[in-house]
Amino acid sequence: MSELTKLTLKAALDGLKSKSFSAVEITKAHIAAVEAARPLNAFILETPEKALDMAAASDARIASGDAGALEGAPLGIKDLFCTEGVRSTAASKILGNFVPTYESTVTANLFGDGAVMLGKLNLDEFAMGSSNETSAFGNVINPWKSAGGGNKALTPGGSSGGSAAAVAADLCLGATATDTGGSIRQPAAFTGTVGIKPTYGRCSRWGIVAFASSLDQAGPIAKTVEDAAILLTSMAGHDPKDSTSLDVETPDWAPYVGKSVKGLRIGVPKEYRVDGMPAEIEKLWQDGIDWLKEAGAEIVEVSLPHTKYALPAYYIVAPAEASSNLARYDGMRYGLRAEGGNLTEIYENTRAEGFGQEVKRRILIGTYVLSAGYYDAYYLKAQKVRRRIADDFDKAWETCDALLTPTAPSAAFALGERNADPIAMYLNDVFTVTTNLAGLPSISVPAGLDSGGLPLGLQVIGRALDEGTVFSVAGALEKAAGFRAKAERWW
Amino acid sequence: MAIDAATVRKVARLARIAEPEERIEPLVQELNGILQWIEQLAEVDTDGVEPLTSVVHATLPLRDDVVTDGGDARRVLSNAPSSTDGFYVVPKVVE
Amino acid sequence: MVEMTNAFTLKGRTGDWEIVLGLEVHAQVASNSKLFSGAAVGFGAGPNEQVSLVDAAMPGMLPVLNRYCVEQAVRTGLGLKAQINLKSRFDRKNYFYPDLPQGYQISQFEFPIVGEGEVIVDRIDGTSFTVRIERLHLEQDAGKSIHDLDPKATYVDLNRSGTALMEIVSKPDMRSPEDAAAYVKKLRAILITLGTCDGDMEKGNLRADVNVSVCRPGDYEKFRETGSFSHLGTRCEIKNVNSYRFIQQAINVEARRQIEILEDGGKVDQETRLYDPTKNETRSMRSKEEAHDYRYFPDPDLLPLVLDPAWVKAIEAGLPELPDAKKARLMSAYGLSPYDASVLTSDGDVAAFFEEAAKGRDAKLVANWTLNDLLGRLGKDGLEITASPISAADIGALVGLIEDGTISGKIARTVFEHMWDGEGAPAAIVEKHGLVQITDTGAIETAVDALIAANPDKAAAVKDKPQAIGWFVGQVMKETGGKANPAAVNEILKAKLGL
Repeated sequence: MSELTKLTLKAALDGLKSKSFSAVEITKAHIAAVEAARPLNAFILETPEKALDMAAASDARIASGDAGALEGAPLGIKDLFCTEGVRSTAASKILGNFVPTYESTVTANLFGDGAVMLGKLNLDEFAMGSSNETSAFGNVINPWKSAGGGNKALTPGGSSGGSAAAVAADLCLGATATDTGGSIRQPAAFTGTVGIKPTYGRCSRWGIVAFASSLDQAGPIAKTVEDAAILLTSMAGHDPKDSTSLDVETPDWAPYVGKSVKGLRIGVPKEYRVDGMPAEIEKLWQDGIDWLKEAGAEIVEVSLPHTKYALPAYYIVAPAEASSNLARYDGMRYGLRAEGGNLTEIYENTRAEGFGQEVKRRILIGTYVLSAGYYDAYYLKAQKVRRRIADDFDKAWETCDALLTPTAPSAAFALGERNADPIAMYLNDVFTVTTNLAGLPSISVPAGLDSGGLPLGLQVIGRALDEGTVFSVAGALEKAAGFRAKAERWW
Repeated sequence: MAIDAATVRKVARLARIAEPEERIEPLVQELNGILQWIEQLAEVDTDGVEPLTSVVHATLPLRDDVVTDGGDARRVLSNAPSSTDGFYVVPKVVE
Repeated sequence: MVEMTNAFTLKGRTGDWEIVLGLEVHAQVASNSKLFSGAAVGFGAGPNEQVSLVDAAMPGMLPVLNRYCVEQAVRTGLGLKAQINLKSRFDRKNYFYPDLPQGYQISQFEFPIVGEGEVIVDRIDGTSFTVRIERLHLEQDAGKSIHDLDPKATYVDLNRSGTALMEIVSKPDMRSPEDAAAYVKKLRAILITLGTCDGDMEKGNLRADVNVSVCRPGDYEKFRETGSFSHLGTRCEIKNVNSYRFIQQAINVEARRQIEILEDGGKVDQETRLYDPTKNETRSMRSKEEAHDYRYFPDPDLLPLVLDPAWVKAIEAGLPELPDAKKARLMSAYGLSPYDASVLTSDGDVAAFFEEAAKGRDAKLVANWTLNDLLGRLGKDGLEITASPISAADIGALVGLIEDGTISGKIARTVFEHMWDGEGAPAAIVEKHGLVQITDTGAIETAVDALIAANPDKAAAVKDKPQAIGWFVGQVMKETGGKANPAAVNEILKAKLGL
């Protein structure tokens, strides 16, 4: 039974189609795995009964020949996606026992294709964090441990820490996640899984708790590049309920995985070679370059001069938009309502009690940079720098078709290690945040292990709407890297 | 631009977040640290640059003027901390 | 031509004062659904029955713009002879209030859809003045907070939340309470004619925020010359005034309040105030500490709004005749005086009434009946045309009966009285009271012959004094109970009297 949880999504879908096992069987196997993995704290809410109902319905559809693209596949859903009839928390106290009366478009797409929901996955509160240490429901623990790390609990990365941990520990065949500054890719790198953030506008944001509207994008975390392609194909699509949703066709991306990269020009941006970058990551990057060269790609050095300004620009734009998006959490119409002598006190106490410290910090920064007299110096300036960053990429595309960079500046670190200084935490996103600002598709592929045996990831960045090339290059890397390591089960 | 305790209190009020006294000084430090780090953006020459207000190169979609929603008060009230007779009940507002 | 001479002054203890007024009028867009959501717009539904998840600001909800609301805003802008901005943008205005679920209002701050325009307003005395329009922008309305259903709580109904509003901002061009009210009246007429707002002030679908400041004689002229606000006094905004009467009263008491402060050597604080009609005073809405910092920034859930010039042109081509053009046409086509033409076009309800009544009828006749008989009578009884016991269709029908010769103008007056008393449609009244005009020449000839025979001296005298025919006409009309066709009577008398 537990062999079923070791399958890739693709293998499982094939097995379900060929009736090697039923949806109920594979769902039961995953339910058991989820229960046994509670020490990881990857799930905020387990929904085994609902999962079995959905699986039974999937079996009926498979029997009658009406199977969808994901029929019977048990998935985990990041608890930032509103799921109809199932409590959704955004990992915050402020939503209280909020039960949405609506389904997010992305999860509707997945369930419409027959996927099964195992539960809601843990995350940094309101997706604000890079280590899943800000959740009101406790930290998520990385299934991976470092050799010689003294059995220290490690972060799975964030904000989609629960999604990444669950996939890495074989608790689900894949998971939904979101990425605003790196929240899909960095956790994928920390857990040896694959995570892709598509072009901004590919996936609908309707029904996803908004953090930073111009940066948020949904995407999958999966065990293989092909699995990620299958999931993204289901998740993506134009949604008229989201004005920023792109009115473009969704390609079937799985066939792009395994396509030759011969003749593709791969750009290596020199500004991503940052001071103090660990030697192991430098080496991994070089490995990636060599693998692609061997596969027939041409390597080109490019320059993205405004790279170092991406993080500060992000930490103006994202908190500013968040400060406004989170204003609706006020205790009036849903969620937590605190006590108070008058309306203002109730607002202030509700939001003080309901939001965690990191969320409050970002709301305050965001409120400040938008406040009277500061809009030009901060928000407007950051949006102009953002244009410069986007222009850098546009220039790079003149000489290359995709970019190769490391995903994160380190492997997974210990919980509690980087909490003293907010900026130390923010620096985790130094390689990923640029593509959120420019709206470009980017993927993290596990490529090697560090000296402690912890996974390291490589990032591929593509042109807007060119997920195809991204998947092809990622597939080539995956093949060359031959990354087979799995976290050793300690739970 | 360094901020002080008074500014932190003012911003907290604007954001409707009650910050206890013991958090004010630490917040002054934390926020100033972040703002100082953000200052480096001033180095970038952005003269004549249009702000990027959206990464999507598309036009604003428009919908037809048809009633497609609403009509179910229970649905919008279902998660309300307090409601009665179809109204949301909130603390008394003094105008 | 800027009208600089200002007749309106208030006498203070230390001398004369003048008023400067700018109005921000909020007009609810006539549409089926809301500005950014598909919930219905309209009055009368139960609480929270016209609320979508977007209006309730549920987590993950997003706005989608209503094309027709954009069209209505463009149409209104064209009616204000204003510049249509082909590129505009939606911004968030951030503040906390229970009837503002998102914690921000989607509005337009930096780049509104409509730019500068103007409205020409006629006064009762026949003069007119121009109010320059600064801009018009689209924004969401808030929900309703009800404070008096529970002593310890406020009830919130979000039906109105998200409804499209057009905010029409004037420049500070009005100088008296009457002018301000006249401006709102004219604006309302334009909106009703265009069909972009129903103008129902009682329901709050049209409401005005009045900005009031006072200054010394001569200061306003300096302001217009230099454009510098330093010549004007500090202004206070009186919010949500929804009747002409209250607008004028509020301006009067607020101006007096400011004058008193200034004459006592004080300073007027810039603040937002509410008008209380029961106490006839304005009260401060918010204390100084609560001054809002709205932190405007472009709404990242929306893209810039770009209009196709061809689309705007098509809207322009389809505009109905606007009040000013209609006034000019009524004057030239029917010889109506400027005042009469103005009365028929400057009040939205009168204009709509006239429009309906004149359908397929002699417009001049309808104008006369509406102006002289109906409005005169309504005015005497203190009624608005919306409370008229005689419908527009019936006025039209009455004119129709005159036009086709069924009744004379004189008889029509009698029919009018019966209509006023609620007896119903004119044709039925004519039938019921036997008022059909006598056009049968035989009957008239008989009456005339009899009259001439009975009054031979008078008949002979008519040859020397032709005006004396009037007596004969009167007599024939009396004989026939007023129903003889006057033209036929005249003709027959002339013939028989040898004129």
